[in-house]
Amino acid sequence: MRHVRAFGRFWWDFVVGDDPRAAAGVLVSIGITAAIAATGAPAWWFLPPATALVLALSLRRASR
Amino acid sequence: MSSVFLFASAFLASAVEMVEALTIVLASGLTRGWRSSLLGLGAALVVLAVIVAALGPALTQIPISALRLIVGTLLLAFGLQWLRKAILRASGYKEQKDEDAVFARELAEARAAGTEIHAGVDWYGFTLSFKGVLLEGLEVAFIVLTFGSSAGNVPLATFAAAVALVVVAVAGVLVRAPLARVPENALKFAVGIMLTTFGIFWAAEGAGADWPGDEASLPFVLAFVILVSLGSVALLRRRRRPAVAPA
Repeated sequence: MRHVRAFGRFWWDFVVGDDPRAAAGVLVSIGITAAIAATGAPAWWFLPPATALVLALSLRRASR
Repeated sequence: MSSVFLFASAFLASAVEMVEALTIVLASGLTRGWRSSLLGLGAALVVLAVIVAALGPALTQIPISALRLIVGTLLLAFGLQWLRKAILRASGYKEQKDEDAVFARELAEARAAGTEIHAGVDWYGFTLSFKGVLLEGLEVAFIVLTFGSSAGNVPLATFAAAVALVVVAVAGVLVRAPLARVPENALKFAVGIMLTTFGIFWAAEGAGADWPGDEASLPFVLAFVILVSLGSVALLRRRRRPAVAPA
């Protein structure tokens, strides 16, 4: 059980790291991209600026 | 994605992780003996080979759009984390990675640890080497499998990682010291940019978006991520600079 927990913790640290809000922001941004694409409208333009915003907010939190 | 991009991304990401693994193996070998250290290294490589052999073919069975959504999401979360740390390091908000300092710390810890011999192997040296190589290697395996499977070319990504392994191993044997001269912080910055770029590209595609010109838009996404990253570094540096008192 200890090894399973350690393995899970490794992957959590690896993918999510020390800012879970940034990871959540990524998920929400991809969800909105999928929602725009589902309407049939072009959706490619959304993710780059959304990612920049997630990064900027994360950097602001880290540099306070 | 062009083969050059795939090769460069997999090579750089793998090389950075391998430089870190080399530091641990060297610290273990110099303090606890090379036999235990190299056995730990070999055991970790076997475990990694089994993981890649098991997961590689399984990943290719997943439909490409679902695969790109999963891989893109993981890469974007992971790449953004990497990029964030690189930007904070470059702007002075986080300490620069120093392989010499890591090496000195590992040496001190390995020297201070007690001796426990199992079947003629120093257990501490074996475990230190095994854990270091396995954990850094898992990151390499993750990058190789996600990049390779999404680009439909796992063999090329694996080849790039193998070339990185040979280059770092040869350098390690020649230098017999941590590769402190490797511009690790700059490499990590570049890898963070690449991971984030491909994360954006594949996650959007997996979510159902069509990029104008398909893969031809990749350089534009890359340019955007570079601009945002360098702009962030410049802004943070300016914020950090102490205000000059009026004369």
